[in-house]
Amino acid sequence: MKEFFAQFAIPHPSLLIYIAMASIVLGTIALVAVVTYFKLWGYLWREWITTVDHKKIGIMYLITALVMLFRGGVDAVMLRMQLAVPDNTFLDAQHYNEVFTTHGVVMILFMAMPFITFFFNFLVPLQIGARDVAFPRLNNLAFWLFFMGMGLFNISFVIGGSPDAGWTSYFPLAGNEFSTSVGTNYYMLSLQIAGLGTLMTGINFITTIMKMRAPGMTLFKMPMFTWSALIANLIIVFAFPVLTVALAMGTMDRLFDTKFFSIGNGGMDMLWANLFWVWGHPEVYILILPAFGIFSEVISTFARRNLYGYTSMVWSMVVISVFSFAVWTHHFFTMGQGALTNSIFSITTMAIAIPTGVKIFNWLFTLYKGKIEMTTPMLYAMHFIPLFTLGGVTGVMLAMSAADYQYHNTMFLVAHFHNVIIPGVVYAMLAGLTFYWPKMFGFMLNEKIGKATVWVMSTGFVLSFIPMYITGLDGQARRMYTYSDATGFSLLNMVSFIGAGIMTVSFLMIVWNIWYSFKNSPRNISSDPWNARGLEWATHTPIPNYNFAITPDVTDATSEAFWDSKKNGTKLFKGKIEDIHMPNNSGQPFVMAVAFFILGFAFVFSMWYLAIVGLIVILGCMAFRSLEDDHGYHIHAHEVEETEKKYAKKGGAK
Amino acid sequence: MSKVNNNVPLEYSTEENNLKIFGFWVFLGAEIMLFGTLFASYFTLVDRTGSGPTGAEIFEITPVLIETFVLLTSSFTIGLAIHAMRLGSKKATINFMVITLLLGAVFLSVEIYEFYHYVHVGAGLTVSAFTSILLTTLGTHGLHVTMGLFWGALLVYQIAKRGLNSVTAGKTFIFSLYWHFLDVVWIFIFSFIYLKGMM
Ligand code: HEM
Ligand SMILES: [Cu+2]
Repeated sequence: MKEFFAQFAIPHPSLLIYIAMASIVLGTIALVAVVTYFKLWGYLWREWITTVDHKKIGIMYLITALVMLFRGGVDAVMLRMQLAVPDNTFLDAQHYNEVFTTHGVVMILFMAMPFITFFFNFLVPLQIGARDVAFPRLNNLAFWLFFMGMGLFNISFVIGGSPDAGWTSYFPLAGNEFSTSVGTNYYMLSLQIAGLGTLMTGINFITTIMKMRAPGMTLFKMPMFTWSALIANLIIVFAFPVLTVALAMGTMDRLFDTKFFSIGNGGMDMLWANLFWVWGHPEVYILILPAFGIFSEVISTFARRNLYGYTSMVWSMVVISVFSFAVWTHHFFTMGQGALTNSIFSITTMAIAIPTGVKIFNWLFTLYKGKIEMTTPMLYAMHFIPLFTLGGVTGVMLAMSAADYQYHNTMFLVAHFHNVIIPGVVYAMLAGLTFYWPKMFGFMLNEKIGKATVWVMSTGFVLSFIPMYITGLDGQARRMYTYSDATGFSLLNMVSFIGAGIMTVSFLMIVWNIWYSFKNSPRNISSDPWNARGLEWATHTPIPNYNFAITPDVTDATSEAFWDSKKNGTKLFKGKIEDIHMPNNSGQPFVMAVAFFILGFAFVFSMWYLAIVGLIVILGCMAFRSLEDDHGYHIHAHEVEETEKKYAKKGGAK
Repeated sequence: MSKVNNNVPLEYSTEENNLKIFGFWVFLGAEIMLFGTLFASYFTLVDRTGSGPTGAEIFEITPVLIETFVLLTSSFTIGLAIHAMRLGSKKATINFMVITLLLGAVFLSVEIYEFYHYVHVGAGLTVSAFTSILLTTLGTHGLHVTMGLFWGALLVYQIAKRGLNSVTAGKTFIFSLYWHFLDVVWIFIFSFIYLKGMM
C-alpha cells in the first residue's frame, strides 16, 4: 500500500510546487462548487461536452489555449526571474530544467496548437459557406483527446514529477539512465494522446475544405485563411505520424527496455533527434501559416482593399510547406554530420526565406495601396511586420551552418525563435481573437485598452528578447540555470526580466479588457461591425447552429464574397429555405477520451491492469460506434424561417 | 443529407459516404507516413545488431512465404467481396468477407508463431536496436491486421443483420481500402525486410 502511493510522490519537491498543489486543489474544489451551486452540470454536458457544433468546439479550444497561455506564462516569468541576477537561488538546477521543459511543451503544443485549431474550427466552415465540418463527431473526439493529453501533461508536476529533458527530449538524456522520474513518460504519452487528436483534426479539415465548399467556390476563390488552414492541415497529416512513431519508440525504450535510442546494443540517439525534427520543423510551419492567414484577413480588411498578389500568396505557402520538410537537420548542425550535409541543409533553410519574403512584400503592397484604418487587430499586424522580419533575418544567420557553431544553443537561438513565434503566432492569434470576438460573443472589445495592450506588449517584447541576442553572441548558453557576475551578463538579463514583467502586464490587460468590455460594451452591434470582407461575416450574430439558412452561392463573387455582395450587390443567398440536416450530440467521444487518459496515466506508472481497463473501454467505444445507428435530425424549414425572422426583427445586416 | 444518387455504386451514393471515403484516403496518407517512418528507422538500425543476431541468422523463409501467400490471397478475396457487393449479392459478399477474415486469422497465427520463434532464438524485443525495430515494424503491421479482424467481423454482422444499403456498403468499401493497404505494406516488408535480409 505504502509502496503504491510512494510511486506517485514528487521526486524533487519544493515550496513552489506545494503552493501550486494547494492552489490546484482549492481551484478544483471552487470550480466544482460553483458549477454544482448554479446547477450547471446538465447544461455543460448537453451544450458543451457532447457538442458537435464546430463553433462551440472552437470556443473550447480557445479557452484551453488561453488557460495554457497563463500556465506557460508563469513558467516563463519564473525562468526570467531566476536569471535576473547572477548566482540566484530562486530555482535550483533541477527545478529550472523542469520549468523550461514544461514552458516549451505547453507553449508550443498546448497553447499555440489549440489556438490555431480554434481558428480552424470557428472560421473554416463559415469561410467556405458550410454548415459544419465533414466529421462533426470526430471533431468532438479530436478536441477531447487533445484536452486529455493536455490534462495528463499538466498533472505531472503534482503526481510523480515533471519532465525535465527539454521540450526536444533528446536521448540519452531522456532515457531512464538520466531522467529517472516518470516525468518523461508523461511527456511521451501526453504528446501521443494529444497528437492523435491533432491528426484527426488534420484529416477532418482537409476533407471539409476539399469537399464542402459553397457552390462556385473554386480553390482559387478560397479566403486566404482557409488556404492557410488547408496547407497547415496537410502538413499535420504528413508530419504527425512521424511524431507518433518517435514517441512510441521513446516510450518503449523507457518502459520496456527496447534499444532504439540507447547507447549500447546498437541504439542510436541521433535517430530520435532526426525523427523529432522531421516532425518538429514542419510543426513550426503548422503554427505560422495559419498566423499568416489571419494577418492576411486583418490587413486586407483594414487597408480597405483586396489582398495584393493573392495567387503568389497561395503559391508561397505551398512552397513553404514542401520546403518545411527539407530543412530539419539545421537543428543539429553542430552534432557532427559532416560539411556536405550541413551545406545542403543550410541552403534549403535559407531558401524558405524567399517565399516568406514574398508574403511580407505582398502585405506591404496591400498597405501601400490601401486606406489604412488603425484598429487593434491592425495594430498587431503593423507590429508584426517589422518584428517578424527581424526574427527572419536572425533565422537566416542561424541557417549559416559554419557560423552556427558560435551561437548554437545560446540565448541567440532563444531570441530568434521567440522573435518569430511571438510576433508571428501569438500576435496573429490575439489579432484574430480581437477581430472575431464580436462574431463569437456579440460585443466588441474596447479599442483603447486593446491598442494600449499592443504597445505595452511590444515594448515588453523588445526589452526581453533583444538583450538575449547580445548575451547569446557573447556566449550565454541556453538552459543554464545560473551564471556568475564575472560573465558580464547581469545587466542585460535584468533588462530581460523587466521586459518579461511588462509583457505580463500586457497579458493581464487582455483579461481586464475582456472583463471591462463584457460589462460596458454595447450589445446592439450589427453582425458586421468591422465592415469586413469574407463569408464568415455574412452570418447573424450570434451565429445560429446551422450557420447559413440558405447555402451561399459564390459563383459571381471573388474570394471576398461578402464584400462583393455589399459593394456590387452580388446575390449570395439564392433559392429558398429547406429542411436542414444536423448531426446529434454524443457523449461517447468524451468517454473514449477519458479512457485514453486512464490508459496514458496507467502507462506512465506501468500499472498494467489499469491499462487493460482503459484499453477495453476504448475498444468498446469503437465497437459501439460501428454498430450504432445515428442519422442525426432535421431542422424543418418553418423553424429555420422563424429563427431568421427573429434575427430580422432584431435588425442588423444579414 | 439524404440525397441519394442512383447512378453510381452504392458506396458512393450518399454525400456522407463520399466524405468518409475521401477522409479515409487522407487517413491512409497518414498511414503511409507512419509506415514510412518505421521503414526509415528500420534501414537506419538494420545493421546495428549490437551483441544480438542479424536478420540473416534468424529469418525463416517458410512461415514468411505462408504469410505472404495468405495475405495476398485475402486481398484478392476482399476484392471479390466488393465485386459481389456491387452486384447486390448479400450472401456472396458475406462469404467473401468471411474468407478474407479467415485468411487474415491464418496470417496472424503464423506471425505469432514467427514472433515466438524470434524470442526463442534469442532475438527478443529488447536484445538490440535491430530486434527492437524489426519486431516493432512487424508488430505494427500485425496490430493493424488484428484491428482489421475485429472491424471486419463487426461489418459481417452488420451486413447480415441490415443487408446491403448505402451505410453498410460505404463501410465495407472503406474496409476493403484498409485491407488492400495492409497488403501493400506487407509487400514492402516482404521485399525489403525479409528478401533483402536473407540475401
Ligand atoms: C525565416 C525563417 C526561419 C529560419 C531561417 C529559421 C532557422 C532556424 C535554425 C537554423 C534553427 C536552429 C538553430 C540552432 O540549433 O542553433 C532554428 C530553431 C528554432 N526555430 Fe526557426 N527558423 C525560421 C522560422 C521559424 C518559425 C516561423 C518558427 C516558429 C513559429 C521557428 C521556431 C524555431 C524553434 C522553436 C527553434 C528552437 C529549436 C531548439 O529548441 O533547438 N523558426 N530556426
Ligand atoms: Cu527547423
